[in-house]
Amino acid sequence: MKEKIQSMVQKLGIPRIIIICFLISLVFGAFTFQLPLGSLTTDTLIRFGMNGVLTLAMVPCILSGTGMNFGLPLGIICGILGGLISIEMNLVGFKAIFAAMLISIPISLTAGYFYGLLLNKVKGSEMMVGTYVGFSAVSLMCIGWLVLPFKNGEIIWPIAGKGLRTTIALTSRYDKILNKLWAIKIGGVEFPTGLILFFFLCCFVMWLFLRSKTGVALKAAGDNPRFAVASGINVDRARLIGTILSTILGGIGIIVYAQSFGFYQLYQAPLYMGFPPVAAILIGGASIKNAKISHVILGTFLFQALLTIALPVANKLVTEGNLSEVARIIVSNGIILYALTQAGGGE
Amino acid sequence: MGASTILEMKNIEKEYFGNKVLKGVNLTVKAGEIHALLGENGAGKSTLMNILFGMPVIHSTGGFNGEVVFDGQPVELKSPKEAMEIGIGMVHQEFMLIPGFTVTENIKLNREITKHNVFSRIFGSSLMSLDMEQMNKDARKALDTLGIGIDEWMKIAGLPVGYMQFVEIAREIDKSNVKLLVFDEPTAVLTESEADTLLEAMKKIAAAGIAILFITHRLDEVMSVANQITILRDGELVASLKKEETNVMQLAELMVGRKVEKVKKEKEVDRERKEEIIMKIRNLEVMMPGEEVKGIDLDIKNGEIIGIGGLAGQGKIGIANGIMGLYPSTGEVELAGKKIELNNPKASLNNGLAFVSEDRRGVGLLLDTSIELNIAITAMQNKKKFLKRFLCFDQMDGRKIREHAVKMIEDLDIRCRGPQQITRRLSGGNQQKVCIARALTMEPNVLFVSEPTRGIDIGAKKLVLDLLVKLNREFGMTIVMTSSELGELRSICDRIAVVTEGKIECILDPDASDADFGLAMAGGYKKVHSKEAV
Repeated sequence: MKEKIQSMVQKLGIPRIIIICFLISLVFGAFTFQLPLGSLTTDTLIRFGMNGVLTLAMVPCILSGTGMNFGLPLGIICGILGGLISIEMNLVGFKAIFAAMLISIPISLTAGYFYGLLLNKVKGSEMMVGTYVGFSAVSLMCIGWLVLPFKNGEIIWPIAGKGLRTTIALTSRYDKILNKLWAIKIGGVEFPTGLILFFFLCCFVMWLFLRSKTGVALKAAGDNPRFAVASGINVDRARLIGTILSTILGGIGIIVYAQSFGFYQLYQAPLYMGFPPVAAILIGGASIKNAKISHVILGTFLFQALLTIALPVANKLVTEGNLSEVARIIVSNGIILYALTQAGGGE
Repeated sequence: MGASTILEMKNIEKEYFGNKVLKGVNLTVKAGEIHALLGENGAGKSTLMNILFGMPVIHSTGGFNGEVVFDGQPVELKSPKEAMEIGIGMVHQEFMLIPGFTVTENIKLNREITKHNVFSRIFGSSLMSLDMEQMNKDARKALDTLGIGIDEWMKIAGLPVGYMQFVEIAREIDKSNVKLLVFDEPTAVLTESEADTLLEAMKKIAAAGIAILFITHRLDEVMSVANQITILRDGELVASLKKEETNVMQLAELMVGRKVEKVKKEKEVDRERKEEIIMKIRNLEVMMPGEEVKGIDLDIKNGEIIGIGGLAGQGKIGIANGIMGLYPSTGEVELAGKKIELNNPKASLNNGLAFVSEDRRGVGLLLDTSIELNIAITAMQNKKKFLKRFLCFDQMDGRKIREHAVKMIEDLDIRCRGPQQITRRLSGGNQQKVCIARALTMEPNVLFVSEPTRGIDIGAKKLVLDLLVKLNREFGMTIVMTSSELGELRSICDRIAVVTEGKIECILDPDASDADFGLAMAGGYKKVHSKEAV
């Protein structure tokens, strides 16, 4: 029994144990403050599903050796573009959300290709450069959102008649369409079956890809580029594929996120959306050089559960007026900071 | 000479982790003498010098036994700084110069001549200004002693390599107390005329009464300047000779000669087949840093084991790396009449070449990946083996990979906990076997093996060598084996090409005499033999 626990601790790694302990203490806190546990669980599950794909987007680029994809906002913008085009085409329901994804893929592919070319030129500082690629793309698109020729009255400023709004509601399109698909109510908990299933489907496809010839080449290129070259693998191409895949998943991820959130957020909103996925996968046990699907699932769950439960508990602890927003920032950035210091991974 | 003894090292012994690298070496250097220290890589020359300089690496690994007497006083040097203080100077193989400083500034670095100014009188001596005039004069004097015409005010950056070497030497002889200068392969980076100037300079320095300890591989240089010659081999003192008593041939023999225990092999295997040339290499040049190949012609016969030997840094490692496309190269390589595209690893692999790298942990393995995937991956990527279809994906065929890996583990006797163990946890010999297994999975026509026994213990060495012989004898595989260990090349190869300075010096039979091998490695084989022909 003792050995079993020991091997489990080793497998999980100390950082995860600490975070799990913290999470458990928060749950106890929530219990003593008599917070509604049912809705907290529902929230956790929903946030787990809606952020999962974005976290999954980190996997291909970590494995191909470009590190964390801090340039994820690039993919997110491509996803939003896809989403907006689907609204412009006046689609509704499942047709709309899948059209959005399909449209976003070629856009992400092109953007990811050029992003990948850039990353191949700056080997060794991909993460720093990626961060600024994300920032630049967001800033550039602030102009883009204003001048793109969208006509649908639902998404442009009503008075000016041109330029896109900062938030675009999806109420009449595909708001919570995946969340509600086959949703089951158990006690006070609403289980978002469709959302979670979609996330797991993405994970499964990624798992398949990583076992394919290209996937194996990708992993070898990231693990040991010199080995890869000697084995006849084109390292630059592998890195390019990793970056493109990551950008595409970023695009799909934001569409899943938006349908659950209920809005697309434009302009400055995508700026910091690259950080939570990075933190989540690091918490899950990934390192800069290695990531597994299990890290994605565990990491997203822990990160989102912490965020969801920590806030109401903190609000109960200190009831000063404006604290919730401050607490949210402290907790989420604190987790990111902690995760980054643990970047060594679960070994 | 009759001059006084300046340095005496008595009965020096040194162990690294139970591995004896110096076994009771004596060395005596007299004032004003040029004393050459000869030996192959790993003979113990560097260790001896590290002891002389009190390098930290010696003390952190348990110190040494024996006695060092310098200038009549027994000394116990704890750091290079102490060595410098009592008058031992070192000319490094790699330059320790600051590129942005002038020649003078480099020569006088940390020993600047200073004079007082207003501020230093008030605030203390650390603010004294430099006496550039005097420093330049000193530097000029040192440079003139060496007979080198560089201006003392030039910046180091941009100087030819040879000149940097001279600046380094000038710095040492400028130290007024220096009594013994150690030159560690000073001519390795110099052109011939520069080397001549340097040798002249060494004679001048020695004439001024400074003793010189001269470490080199080049025998003709030794013969031209040294007074006394000491030869080390495998940590033992082989001989200490006066120059007048010896000749190049004898030195070469002493340097290499070892009791080669020969794995006697049947030589009569299919003589006819061995005349057929499978691979033609013409004018191959490889830009591999530190192991540059400068134009090699070599024919490799079908079904032979050909050895490529030579000292470190001469370019032998570059040949296989160049042919496999890992370093930029030019020239022509033909396999069975078909030209192989260079600078393209994939082309080399697909044309039936396979490579076991000398850098096992850096290039040879995915250290955090399982043994089975390590074995299968190259064949999977290049020959599309071990794959099956699943929906629109091609998938790794886990079952096939497992079967193959288990077979390889059995055939090559890889000691492991199972095919899923990660390769980082394997011992060196077993890692090497995994590398060989991966190369074999490619079913190559020609197998390149570089330094197959580097860093593995003696038992495993024999197993790896036996394995190579078995592959050659039983499957007729052509093997090109690069190794720094002449002994192992001689024990299994059919022919041995010796590489010096990026070119093939000669191709020898493994039974050729020690003297020939010694000469070839020192780059004097052609010279001596062409003289004989005349």
